[in-house]
Parts: sequence; C-alpha cells; structure tokens
Amino acid sequence: MNVLYFAWVRERIGLPREEVESAAETVSDLVDELVAREDRYAAAFADRSALRVAIDQQLSDFDAPLKGAREVAFFPPMTGG
Amino acid sequence: MRILVQEAPFDLGAETKEFTAGHMDIGAVVTFTGVVRDSEKAPLQVMEIEHYPGMTESALTEIAQEAQTRWSLGDVLVIHRYGALKPGEMIMMVATAARHRKDAFEAAEFLMDYLKSRAPFWKREVTAAGTDWVAAKEEDEDALSRW
Repeated sequence: MNVLYFAWVRERIGLPREEVESAAETVSDLVDELVAREDRYAAAFADRSALRVAIDQQLSDFDAPLKGAREVAFFPPMTGG
Repeated sequence: MRILVQEAPFDLGAETKEFTAGHMDIGAVVTFTGVVRDSEKAPLQVMEIEHYPGMTESALTEIAQEAQTRWSLGDVLVIHRYGALKPGEMIMMVATAARHRKDAFEAAEFLMDYLKSRAPFWKREVTAAGTDWVAAKEEDEDALSRW
C-alpha cells in the first residue's frame, strides 16, 4: 500500500510517501512494523497520541483495520483556517 | 457549492460579488476571511501551508455538505490556499448565503470550526529564529463539541 507522511512526520521520516509491503491487520500493526525498521520511524511515531491517521483519505484511528486499504496517511493534528 | 484549493491569491471582493450575484432568494451573505498574522516569537517572514491533495478537497466538500444539511443555505463557497504566504496575505475565505442571517452566520462559524481541525492543512512559520510547525490548539478541537 501507499503510505504518506505530512508536516513534521514527513520531516522526521525524511520522505513524503513510500510503497510498503505489509500484512498488518490494523494501523497500529503497520506502525509497529515501521517503527521496527529504523530509528527515524521510531522518532516520528514516538507519541502516537500526537498523530492522526487517514485511510484512503478518510480520517480514521489507530485501531482501524487495514483490509483493502490502498493509501494510509500519517500527520499531526491539522491546522487549517 | 464551490470548493477551491489553490496556491494563487484570490480577490475577496470579486469572489463575494460573484457568489452573491444571481441569487434573488437570499437575504444574507456572511463571509469570513483568514489572514496571515505575525508570529508571536519573531517577525514572520513566511507562512508555509502544506496540504493533502485529494483529501483536502473531499474533506472540505464533506464539511460544506454537512453545513447544507444543518442550515437552510442558498449556497456555500470555500477557498483555501496553500504554499508560501506573506504576513497580511489572505489564506482562506468562506461565504455562506441564506434567506436569513442566522443560518448564514451559524453555518459560517460551523465551517470555520471544522475547517480548522478537520481539513488536512498544516501551517509552518518561518522567522529569523527558525522554522516552527504551528501546533493545533486544544480549544479548536473543543470548539467542535458545540455543534
């Protein structure tokens, strides 16, 4: 699936998007897999309560299942307006 | 309903005029405009606004549709910019048109409250002291609970 990062999450991980091969069942499982890869992911996901997630461009949460998801995005709380 | 996500500046007067034109059944138009304000830390050089192309448009459309189901509105306009903006530049505007002002005012406030914390934009302040992401405020999240 396509994994996207925005704002300081993108800066900490060092790239805006990547293709990830994963059999993770939930968003949390996917984050666990990413964190286990490299320190930069651990730095970005250190405080999950400070992050928001969208699945296929819809706001979701970390317990959500990933079955059928094509795009998952991680970002800090939004500051529009 | 019109939703625009763009880098270019917009003309508030022209947009408001066009939005209002041709409606004979509305008695109230409310507009709100967000402007780049100076940083509290040091003089602001640039406000950089990042967004999530695709999700931004769909989130704004959903918020505007929700406003239309909650209030009796003739029309809704949302324009939100991204990219590098200077202090004093207009970031965004919403306009609501309704038969009566209460619907127009309330819907505009609702749009602003939702747009602040449910539309995927992130602001970053660039000053001589460095670059800082603008943190979301708890009160912005709390503001949603009144709707």
